[in-house]
Amino acid sequence: MSSSPSSRLSGAPGEEAALRFLLRKGYRLVERNVRSRWGEIDLVCRKGSTLVFVEVKSRRSLSAGHPLEMLTPAKQARLRRATFLYMMRSEHPKASYRIDLVAIILDREGRVQEITHLENAVEGE
Amino acid sequence: MPGKVISYVLDGLSAIPAEVEVDASSGLPSFTIVGLPDAAVQESRQRVRAAIHNSGYDFPLCRITVNLAPADLRKEGPLFDLPIALSLLIATGQIRSSCQDGLVVLGELSLSGEVKTVRGILPIVRRARGTGYQRFLLPAEGAMEAALVQGASIFPVSTLRQAVDFLRGDLIIPPLEAPDWTAYGQEPVQVSDFAEIRGQETAKRALEVAVAGNHHLIMVGSPGAGKTMLARRVVTVMPPMTFEEALEVSEVYSICGLLSKEKALLTSRPFRAPHHTSSYAGMVGGGSNPAPGELSLAHHGVLFLDEFPEFRRDVLEALRQPLEEGRVQITRAHGTAVFPAQVMMIAAMNPCPCGFRLDPRRECRCGPGEVRRYWNQVSGPIWDRFDIHLQVPPLSLEELTGDGSGEPSVAIAGRVARCRVLEAERYASFGIRTNAQLGGKLLRRFCALDSSEQSFLRQAADRLQLTARSFDRTLKLARTIADLDSQERIRLEHLAEALQYRGAVDWI
Repeated sequence: MSSSPSSRLSGAPGEEAALRFLLRKGYRLVERNVRSRWGEIDLVCRKGSTLVFVEVKSRRSLSAGHPLEMLTPAKQARLRRATFLYMMRSEHPKASYRIDLVAIILDREGRVQEITHLENAVEGE
Repeated sequence: MPGKVISYVLDGLSAIPAEVEVDASSGLPSFTIVGLPDAAVQESRQRVRAAIHNSGYDFPLCRITVNLAPADLRKEGPLFDLPIALSLLIATGQIRSSCQDGLVVLGELSLSGEVKTVRGILPIVRRARGTGYQRFLLPAEGAMEAALVQGASIFPVSTLRQAVDFLRGDLIIPPLEAPDWTAYGQEPVQVSDFAEIRGQETAKRALEVAVAGNHHLIMVGSPGAGKTMLARRVVTVMPPMTFEEALEVSEVYSICGLLSKEKALLTSRPFRAPHHTSSYAGMVGGGSNPAPGELSLAHHGVLFLDEFPEFRRDVLEALRQPLEEGRVQITRAHGTAVFPAQVMMIAAMNPCPCGFRLDPRRECRCGPGEVRRYWNQVSGPIWDRFDIHLQVPPLSLEELTGDGSGEPSVAIAGRVARCRVLEAERYASFGIRTNAQLGGKLLRRFCALDSSEQSFLRQAADRLQLTARSFDRTLKLARTIADLDSQERIRLEHLAEALQYRGAVDWI
């Protein structure tokens, strides 16, 4: 993974905040931090009958751009592969699923300033 | 359940039905179009997505596959937007209906869900009607074109919502009323008239002969001699187009998106005057998805080529075959497109680069080498395509634009029309319509000469060194002149006049 030490630091509180946010919106948590050789999935949730894989991006400053812009084509490809593998191994490989992005902006103390939830952020090819 | 809607692909002037199938299945959401789509069809994904969303329907989060069948035919243009959107809404159960069976759908979508017109509606609807389709859901903007087709029920829509409501049965759209074309051709709106040109009687006579037999003609004359004025007025003496002819021309304009929305039928013969810098594709037609060129836009009308030697050599050479065959054939790796090109070609050129070689009042500044080079830019075979070589003498402006005392176009048109009827009746069983189309056996049969005429022409041919092709063209011209004279046999005076139109190169 490409995480630098500083993004790891902001990653953990960001993921926490994202999960709280999704639970309030009626999502149920299935699993978190699923690692495979094809990449990592931050959160696996369920909304109704749809499995929702969530990529969380958080930043303390906007100097490097908004976290919504952080989903590079390479990262998208990794997510597609990782989620595909997850579905293959799951009990319902034919279930409908999608990949969402939750972008979080934190202040210096790690408090949440802004949360954006982008449904279906990564589409299949 | 997959959704299926019928649309059409245009390939040249032929139209092939295309099924637009949409399947929506579970999986990571995606939107894919397969079946040889070009860039414009690929971009249709963005328009369809936005239009569905902005019209208040759900764009489903699932794997959407659009298939355009037959898969081996290239699909181009935005006309698949509306069929894809409707098929998608059927596939996701947002439209429950079988109303689309036997319905042909065409239309581009805007992001806000408006249905915009597309090119080629007239040829598509005509061909589709020919293969048995009766009902058409079309952009309101371009629906008038389709109303020209007999027996087609046209349902015009201007938004995606209207189209959906129509399929759901919530909206009754009355089929478009076909305009009344029984009065067709009764409205001669001529902006110019031969009466406005006073002098140039020889030129007018030659043009009359040319139109009567549909002969190609080249005019040689100094700048300001009135070559363009004369050429522009040729369409005013041509017989009015039949409804069928008007449809053929309108089809070409439909493909180019040049038809007006209110009056979808071209009723006056086209006059096209492309600039001499025109490209090969612009003139003949072409492109990887072949589009018609000026030759086809002038179908059943006049193609006027001013400054003839200035046209690119390859462009002029490319005109030869289409002029002979009356159609343009564009062959690409994936197939051949055919466009009509039955034109009367009128070319105009100066006698020399400076233009004043024939003008007694001005001095020509060109050296003999320059003049020869200028003339050599027109190849012999191209030169041979012109039945009539006409010298247009310079006139003063007062002489040229008189008080309208010349013979009006209507009078000339009357003689031309009588002559054309004569020709059409004579050739009715031979698949041609005009004297210019005569060739081979038919030429020998209908231009047979009596012995005195025969020997006169032989002598003239020897003295003027006519080529075999030139000989035949003189005969055809004489046939037209005799027809204008209402004579069954070609006489000496007819031959003499015809020979007069064949010698333009000699005095240079």
